[in-house]
Amino acid sequence: MEELKQKFPEAVEETKSHLGEDTITLKKEYILPVCKYLKSQGYNFLSDLTGLDLGVDKEPRFQVIYHLYSLTTHKRLRLKVNPPSKNPTVESVTPIWKTADWFEREAYDMFGITFTNHPNLTRILLPDNFEGCPLRKDYPLRGR
Amino acid sequence: MAEPARDLRTECLTINMGPQHPSTHGVLRVILELEGEVVVKATPVIGHLHRGIEKLAESKTYHQALPLTDRLDYLSPLINNLAYCLAVEKLLSLEIPPRAQYLRVILAELTRIQSHLVWLGTHALDIGAMTPLLYTFREREEILNIFELTGGSRMHTSYIRIGGFLDDVPEEFVPKVRSFIDTFPTQMKDYEGLLTKNKIWMNRTIGVGIISAEEGIDLGLSGPSLRASGVKWDLRASNPYSSYDHFAFEIPTGTHGDVYDRYLVRLEEMRQSTEIIKQALEKLPTGPVNAYNPKVVPPPKEKVFESIEALIHQFHIMVEGFDVPPGEVYVPVESPRGELGFYIKSDGTSKPFRLKIRTPSFVNLQSLSTMAEGRMVADMVAVIGSIDIVLGEVDR
Repeated sequence: MEELKQKFPEAVEETKSHLGEDTITLKKEYILPVCKYLKSQGYNFLSDLTGLDLGVDKEPRFQVIYHLYSLTTHKRLRLKVNPPSKNPTVESVTPIWKTADWFEREAYDMFGITFTNHPNLTRILLPDNFEGCPLRKDYPLRGR
Repeated sequence: MAEPARDLRTECLTINMGPQHPSTHGVLRVILELEGEVVVKATPVIGHLHRGIEKLAESKTYHQALPLTDRLDYLSPLINNLAYCLAVEKLLSLEIPPRAQYLRVILAELTRIQSHLVWLGTHALDIGAMTPLLYTFREREEILNIFELTGGSRMHTSYIRIGGFLDDVPEEFVPKVRSFIDTFPTQMKDYEGLLTKNKIWMNRTIGVGIISAEEGIDLGLSGPSLRASGVKWDLRASNPYSSYDHFAFEIPTGTHGDVYDRYLVRLEEMRQSTEIIKQALEKLPTGPVNAYNPKVVPPPKEKVFESIEALIHQFHIMVEGFDVPPGEVYVPVESPRGELGFYIKSDGTSKPFRLKIRTPSFVNLQSLSTMAEGRMVADMVAVIGSIDIVLGEVDR
């Protein structure tokens, strides 16, 4: 974590360690170079990528969360970026990990977060003509 | 004889495989682009079984959300329960007694064997060998009977609870498990005798659906499918949970990353699971099976029937739930299919603010295109079977 701070001093917004899990919040412009760097440092496995809606009136409202894993040191690292509340957009990490493809499509499907430079950003679990983003907090549990 | 037309037009043929197709193991649809019999492009289309489990969980208390996890990977319900409970317990900083940890290991390994048995039977059936199915379901039945003995339910068990268990296992449990693992290795020889050196089986699986270790890691492949490509990575050994570090076991790996190697790896995994169970039974500690925390763990059932205080207590925990301190955790376990991770964000209330489930089937299915492209259409079935997907888990 300290190394990353030194390498990208302007990218890191916040670092946190809780219950033995490390979290780094990044400025969203830096997600691609930071991921590239971390991959070269051994975090070669993208375990999970997901979106998060913190609440309709929260600022920032959305988060994209990356769970990285190192197959050599068996350590985990959580990265976060905060896309803007209106038209949430983040750069896609598919050039670094192919596995991000479906994860990002799911986040797009469920939260309406757009990933630029994604090869095929379409709905994945819901039908193409579905309206709304069901995992957003303003989407009702039943009925529309 | 007529000359073939000079201006013969050739084009790819697009066909649909599934969603109603017996060898897609559920409701998977694959759009195949074919050139003759060769698959040029295979695009999986998923979501037919989407039930919105992640959204549903946000409206339920932590206890109420537990049965939803059974319905993810319905072939390994206890491992789903375990992963979810470990995540909530981590948020609560609960200490789980050693007996519960060992029992969890025994049940998780029985689940692994059971899941691999279903995989083996159906996978062999897809490729054309019918007999193994009859044998594997015979053994699976015994395991399901053991599950029924513990939680009263065969498939959607919900037996592992936050803080420990629904109740301690009955007296017959240990002898039944012991008799199962004593006979199981000999019964496994039946399947191996039918398949491992079978000429037809080998022709249908060796060199089919190859994926390299680098490609697999890039695509997020995990579990036996990645180990068959030579990556020696098992979360039970690399990041032990629930006292897996107390047991000695080997991590089988393959070399070629084809369907045959994935078959061999899973067979060996079943054998290793019986070894783990054997050690756990030998060292099984006595003592409570639930953490001591009356705020989280409901009182024992017999007390609920006898005293009003215990009844109120039970009612309170089940209906109103308990507050979980704010924070976020990502807890992965080794499911029969790979890394099963629960990401839970708590805002301090009794309901999860966000529950994200990283299911191995969802991620592993992405590598289907890499494995199947360039192969014959008939190999598709072998490849889908060898990834071992459960659509309940893919679509959530």
